[in-house]
Amino acid sequence: MSLYLFALLAFLTLAGGLGVVSTRNVVHAALYLLLSLLAVAGIYLILFAEFLALVQVLIYGGAVVIVVLFAIMLTRSSEYPRISDNRQWPLALVAALGLLGVLAAAFLAAPIQITQLQSPDFTALSGSLFTKWAVPFEIASLVLLVALIGAIIIARAGKNER
Amino acid sequence: MLENYFRQYGLAAIFLLVAFLVPVGMLAGSWVFSRLGVRPAKPSPVKDAPYECGMEPIGGPWNRFNFRYYAYALLFVIFGVEVVFLYPWAVRFIQMELFALIEMAIFILVLAAAWAYAWRKGDLEWR
Repeated sequence: MSLYLFALLAFLTLAGGLGVVSTRNVVHAALYLLLSLLAVAGIYLILFAEFLALVQVLIYGGAVVIVVLFAIMLTRSSEYPRISDNRQWPLALVAALGLLGVLAAAFLAAPIQITQLQSPDFTALSGSLFTKWAVPFEIASLVLLVALIGAIIIARAGKNER
Repeated sequence: MLENYFRQYGLAAIFLLVAFLVPVGMLAGSWVFSRLGVRPAKPSPVKDAPYECGMEPIGGPWNRFNFRYYAYALLFVIFGVEVVFLYPWAVRFIQMELFALIEMAIFILVLAAAWAYAWRKGDLEWR
């Protein structure tokens, strides 16, 4: 059952990825990216990584794709609505093949371990996050604060340039 | 535990499937009915408009929008990360003690400092 689900989700992930690089419309590319990212969230669910799937949907599927779409909306994309040619594609091919080689080598070198099917407790995860890892959690809020103020300042700089 | 997991996400999967099948079914039904001659095909420019009522769209869909919207996109990403932390907190809130409440209050107050800063500097006003 989970093998079929994995095959379906892996197909959707790869189809989305292929769509991103093959479509000529940048907005369509962003929507294909959304499909790919949501399918990855589904793969996390098969692996019982509920929290990771949630993060994937909220941050990548929601926020990051929105930022990509906003970037298309706010820039002069009307001048290049269709990506006709990208001269960097041979370089991208070399990089992609290199990454594939490294991943395949790592996958083949590591012995395959079959672990027991188990579902980690979501409440146990949150329990350790708010007791044992309370200080890193509060530090995360400071990191987010810096990011927020940075975003506000970047937006302000753009306003002055107009 | 495992049964429950599959049951819950199975329900979500059924929901997703229905959400996918409803629009696809509508389009397919429209196509089938036009083939059978039940649905007449009379295209007109009014039918091709994006909305039947409301304002006439100004400019094309590739128009450039105001740059100020970008700030909202960035803020959305950061508050998305904040919500990710709120989620496990809410799941376990009933079992946790006052400590967790104070912890989350500090977390949100630190982020509210950025909001107060933006408000103070007048960045939230639309100019």
